[in-house]
Amino acid sequence: MALSASKLKVGDAHTARLVEDLKRTQIVQYAGASGDYNPLHTDEVFTTKVAGYPSVFAHGMLTMGMTGKMLTDYVGDARLTKYGVRFTNQVWPGDTLDSTATVKAITERDGVKVVELDVSTVNQNGVVVVSGYAEARVDD
Amino acid sequence: MAAKSFPVEASHILMFARSVGDDNPVYSDAEAAKKTEAGGIIAPPTFAQSSAQFDPDYGLRPKIGQPWFGSGKEPTGIKREPGGRGGGGGGGGLHAEQHFEYHRHLKPGDVLTATTVPGKTWEKESARAGKLVFSESVTEYRDQNGDLVITARGVGVRTERPVDAKS
Repeated sequence: MALSASKLKVGDAHTARLVEDLKRTQIVQYAGASGDYNPLHTDEVFTTKVAGYPSVFAHGMLTMGMTGKMLTDYVGDARLTKYGVRFTNQVWPGDTLDSTATVKAITERDGVKVVELDVSTVNQNGVVVVSGYAEARVDD
Repeated sequence: MAAKSFPVEASHILMFARSVGDDNPVYSDAEAAKKTEAGGIIAPPTFAQSSAQFDPDYGLRPKIGQPWFGSGKEPTGIKREPGGRGGGGGGGGLHAEQHFEYHRHLKPGDVLTATTVPGKTWEKESARAGKLVFSESVTEYRDQNGDLVITARGVGVRTERPVDAKS
């Protein structure tokens, strides 16, 4: 269901749980689907002994992809026009992530109503792991 | 990311959507997708990143007959070949930012080309990882008609040492 500009107001927020107790296998699953087989995400021996991290960690793009589900569930299918993020902290196996889109502005471009959103995904400690924005076409 | 031919296929979209935990039928069920505003199966918003599968030079995929820097029974000691984007080990590269602009959403049957041009580079000092060197790249995805469908801007960062986790 698409959003309506007339029913939206600045500050409206939509929150969704993205994942609970992120499994290492999901990280591997993302590696296989995306084609990013970086051992930092899939190879505990390499990541701990060579790279010097405490364990493998999620692709930033996995968190961006999971956050994308929160967005498309909110704005509707095929409605996004822009989506961008910064990866502010790593996501580790076992993390639980919640993501929020907050209405920043409702504007009009080329006769089409557009909602601008702030996007933030946090882990179980409240640390922001992804911070960004999105824009989507909305109905009048 | 550069790819001469990135065929967008329904089975790849299904696997990608599963991997990001998205069970929206618009990514997997042709009949259900027909009834949505999208009018058929489309790809999730970050799917274009999987063009890595079709980049012949992508450095983060083991290639047949070539050394791979990941471990076997033990670390191999092989250094990752330089030049590739998107990560690396031992105080190497990480993904710092990713931005997409959608001119339209991808659908099965599209055959894309991806061309990447380097953007700015800049440096920053960080308490958590030492000197950071950022480098930007812009990838244009065009469809079988030559129309621009997605513009992607990525920023990679090479860190002086592994990043300290914030708890």
